[in-house]
Amino acid sequence: MSFLNYLISGVSLGSVYAIIALGYTMVYGIAKMLNFAHGDVIMVGAYVVFFATSGAGVPAIPAVLLSMVVCTVLGVVIEKVAYKPLRNASSSLAVLITAIGVSYLLQNLALLICGSNTKSFTSVVGIPALHLAGGQLVITGETLTTIVACFVIVGCLSLFISKTKPGQAMLAVSEDKGAAQLMGINVNGTIALTFAIGSGLAAIAGVLLCSAYPSLMPTTGSMPGIKAFVAAVFGGIGSIPGAMIGGILLGVIEIFGRAYISSQMADAIVFAVLIVVLLVKPTGLFGKVVQEKV
Amino acid sequence: MKKLMRAASAVLAATMALSVTAFAEEGGTFKIGGIGPLTGSTAIYGQAVMNAAQMAADEINAAGGINGYQIEFNPQDDESDAEKAVNAYNTLKDWGMQMLLGTVTSQPCIAVEGEAVNDNMFLLTPSGSAVECISAGDNAFRVCFSDPNQGTASARYIGEHELASKVAVIYDSSDAYSTGIYNNFAAEAANQGFEVVAAEAFTADSKTDFSVQLQKAKDSGAELVFLPIYYTEASLILTQAAGMGYEPQFFGCDGLDGLLAVDGFDTALAEGVMLLTPFAADAEDEATQTFVANYEEQFGDTPNQFAADAYDGMYIIKAAAEQAGITPDMDASAICDAMKVAMTEITVDGLTGSGITWTADGEPNKEPKAVMIENGAYTAM
Repeated sequence: MSFLNYLISGVSLGSVYAIIALGYTMVYGIAKMLNFAHGDVIMVGAYVVFFATSGAGVPAIPAVLLSMVVCTVLGVVIEKVAYKPLRNASSSLAVLITAIGVSYLLQNLALLICGSNTKSFTSVVGIPALHLAGGQLVITGETLTTIVACFVIVGCLSLFISKTKPGQAMLAVSEDKGAAQLMGINVNGTIALTFAIGSGLAAIAGVLLCSAYPSLMPTTGSMPGIKAFVAAVFGGIGSIPGAMIGGILLGVIEIFGRAYISSQMADAIVFAVLIVVLLVKPTGLFGKVVQEKV
Repeated sequence: MKKLMRAASAVLAATMALSVTAFAEEGGTFKIGGIGPLTGSTAIYGQAVMNAAQMAADEINAAGGINGYQIEFNPQDDESDAEKAVNAYNTLKDWGMQMLLGTVTSQPCIAVEGEAVNDNMFLLTPSGSAVECISAGDNAFRVCFSDPNQGTASARYIGEHELASKVAVIYDSSDAYSTGIYNNFAAEAANQGFEVVAAEAFTADSKTDFSVQLQKAKDSGAELVFLPIYYTEASLILTQAAGMGYEPQFFGCDGLDGLLAVDGFDTALAEGVMLLTPFAADAEDEATQTFVANYEEQFGDTPNQFAADAYDGMYIIKAAAEQAGITPDMDASAICDAMKVAMTEITVDGLTGSGITWTADGEPNKEPKAVMIENGAYTAM
């Protein structure tokens, strides 16, 4: 029975990683950059919901929608101000460094505005916990919501990319930016849309993360952000199903490592698995092998 | 009203200081310095210490002083900053300090002890709990338990009060405070009538998900979960334990102090949590009641554990000074030599413990006390 409990905890934690990883993987796939500020957009999303529900008494669903709007705008603004001017810079390192800069900027702004005190986040999920097998197996409402949300989001995103025009445009830009522009695709608009979707998902991830683990401080997003980045690389960066599978696997490995090997070594185990996977399959589980044409 | 009372007490203190100085010219006084954060983010600790120390000094003076000599107490601000604490120490030395009651917080205390050990200045910290606060030399002693000794004290408390037969521990393996307490707890647990059935760690990088640690504690049949950690993680553990329907007795150390103040935390979850703290303002013994009543009257505020530590500290200095038979005409080094012998010989009954004795390395030996959170407030056990 503990095995099932651990498995559920793992899938739940992994689903949060997966939703965050989607943001990383989409931005990487289309803009070919690592948006290290993604984890901190999660934190902003969680703070917006915290202040809306606890401070202003806004009900849960409007609060989450508000948070998504704020994060979407924030993501687009960050892209316009900090990343776009550097898109054609000679070194791709420049935009990586600005991303790290934006990450610290967001953390320190949050520190300034919200203070360093940890806030205890009140869960926005109203679903009661499921008690199975005579109370031996408890599945909390947050766990259920997180897992369902993860699958719904991945399903919708896959449909969006394969069935809609903007989705097709994203695919085209990820294949070849120059050719896409020649075909009349608005590359800047498509990249902005990617950031908007990724940041909106970050808001959802922030709410789910803080509902399941209700502690909110300015650095809340940084560690899950790094783990989700690992999940995206693990699954094959640029691939949407890869991000989901990578995230869930990472969560399960982390929880099982903590449960059956050592609670202190959990992170070491996660990263050891990553190294092994990358040694065997350098593009990640679902990564595409891109052949250089001469 | 509070301001008025503060002003009144300041005037009162000033008159007392004047009268003490007047007396000093006739017979000599013991000059005792105090260092602590009177301003800054931990001012609440420093102010409590200085208020209570002054209160104890006034009481001692009114009752005839130490060995017939009055005490002069001089509190200095360090803003809990090591550099400023050393400056304050030098200011006090220029003033003619013979003994130091301080400092209040650990980092400044380590810095000041570095200076005090060279001067052979007697140092008694009311609340500096890091091991290094008093480990540089034999001139330093403390009133509170050291960080790791809280582990020993917790194990003894749980054992002696038979709180549980199976105990689980969840600790932060990336933090010296938490690991130190856990190691001493595990060592002392072997001598007590309970078994540590699960010892689960977490690290600073993964301190949000405690489902595995709690599940293991639950599976091991632990009736009590010992949490030698800070209140932020403890609030998460309490929330997650409630979510999975696990309701053991939770027991923590001074790091849990602050649990009730976490923004947005449902304090109902903290009901029944026990924590080791040397002082609860609502304890019913006469000494505590008198102290709390006097403190509230003078300063308009309920005293915290820092105030109790400092109040005891002043009386400990008195007891040791009387044992050593020192007089104000001795210099600080001679006083220190006499005091460090006397400290190991005295037994003090104070607010933070009865029958307190000291070892030569400066650590106190006293009965641990615990409080339980009931109706959103600390209640003495």
